[in-house]
Amino acid sequence: MTAAAERTQHSSTEDVLAVAREQVLDRGTGLSQEQVLAVLELADDRLEDLLALAHEVRMRWCGPEVEVEGIISLKTGGCPEDCHFCSQSGRFPTPVRSAWLDIPGLVEAARQTAATGATEFCIVAAVRGPDARLLSQVRDGVKAIRESGNDIQIACSLGMLTQEQVDELVAMGVHRYNHNLETARSHFPNVVTTHSWEERWDTLRMVRAAGMEVCSGGILGMGETTEQRAEFAAQLAELEPDEVPMNFLIPQPGTPYEHYEPVEGREALKLVAAFRLAMPRTMLRFAGGRELTLGDLGAEQGMLGGINAIIVGNYLTNLGRPAQRDLDMLADLKMPIKALADSL
Amino acid sequence: MYCVHCGRPDAEGDHSGCRGVRAALEPPRFCAECARRMVVQVTPVGWSARCSRHGEITSAEPTSVV
Ligand code: SF4
Ligand SMILES: [Zn+2]
Ligand SMILES: [Zn+2]
Repeated sequence: MTAAAERTQHSSTEDVLAVAREQVLDRGTGLSQEQVLAVLELADDRLEDLLALAHEVRMRWCGPEVEVEGIISLKTGGCPEDCHFCSQSGRFPTPVRSAWLDIPGLVEAARQTAATGATEFCIVAAVRGPDARLLSQVRDGVKAIRESGNDIQIACSLGMLTQEQVDELVAMGVHRYNHNLETARSHFPNVVTTHSWEERWDTLRMVRAAGMEVCSGGILGMGETTEQRAEFAAQLAELEPDEVPMNFLIPQPGTPYEHYEPVEGREALKLVAAFRLAMPRTMLRFAGGRELTLGDLGAEQGMLGGINAIIVGNYLTNLGRPAQRDLDMLADLKMPIKALADSL
Repeated sequence: MYCVHCGRPDAEGDHSGCRGVRAALEPPRFCAECARRMVVQVTPVGWSARCSRHGEITSAEPTSVV
């Protein structure tokens, strides 16, 4: 590299954080796709500065509270879709067998979740979209959770919805809906062939229009390029979701992505910070895969690098680290858990 | 006995993928006694796994947060 080229590269890498400080931290305007790409291309020796800035942005525009959530699989496995990362697709020879959770099991899972101090409980089903049986199970489940005296906020993730189903969920009191865009639009056809990115986008639009909070994120480490990671961040920012769950691929036995390498730790942290700078006001949640990609130390760095929400305990088909360890981490970091009263 | 992660006999073949961090994030999927695929339910603080022949096993009772 010539001295001039070196200078140019150095000043442009310096620039993106300086620009972000003024644009994102001071004015609250998220980074563009090109700017996110510049962040993702920063040298590793800038990682600390990047995380520190992302943390400042989070504190300034979201505050110190951390939203804690538990999730439960109401219907596991046997899904007709072919999302290549997913152990619950019926199309791949994975060891996951179909299972339905009964209502007492659901009420108990909600109780366990509330006992951690979590304010969010997300009910998830492995389906293309809900049928009448699933919706009636959700309706009975929500009712039973309320009758048990548990006032935790309830979110759902039941796949693609019709307008009628959106309205039904609103009527049940479901306050937030999760439906991940999963990856950049340009990469989506490599990951899923049984439905389109646009179909997912349409469901999210309906959810928003009906007044439910929109939760949409995805999985990093599915063979997307760095450019596509920046594209994904920009597309999520355009959606303006209330929450973005960030997952890192856990390669699942039997799926087409079984042998993919987990995202490297520093890369994952860079992604966390870059997503924060793209979406200064959005709740950015640590979801699946952080245990594998980041370990305990990295989880803490992520909390100090833009994350302000976590899923505690286990995931849908995978195990997480014990909830108490995350609660201890938040206490050590002096980050208060968002209380139910704040979120109502 | 069979490997609960891949269902092959414990004493045969390569189980390197069934140990370590990756496998620690996975509940048992196969019955250790007969290698049948089990019906597994993961909950926020535990898991249960049922073999149609040998019944149910569960994670240790959660104590930390409930
Ligand atoms: S729609 Fe959901 S459950 Fe079904 S294969 Fe895709 S990610 Fe898995
Ligand atoms: Zn094995
Ligand atoms: Zn058995």
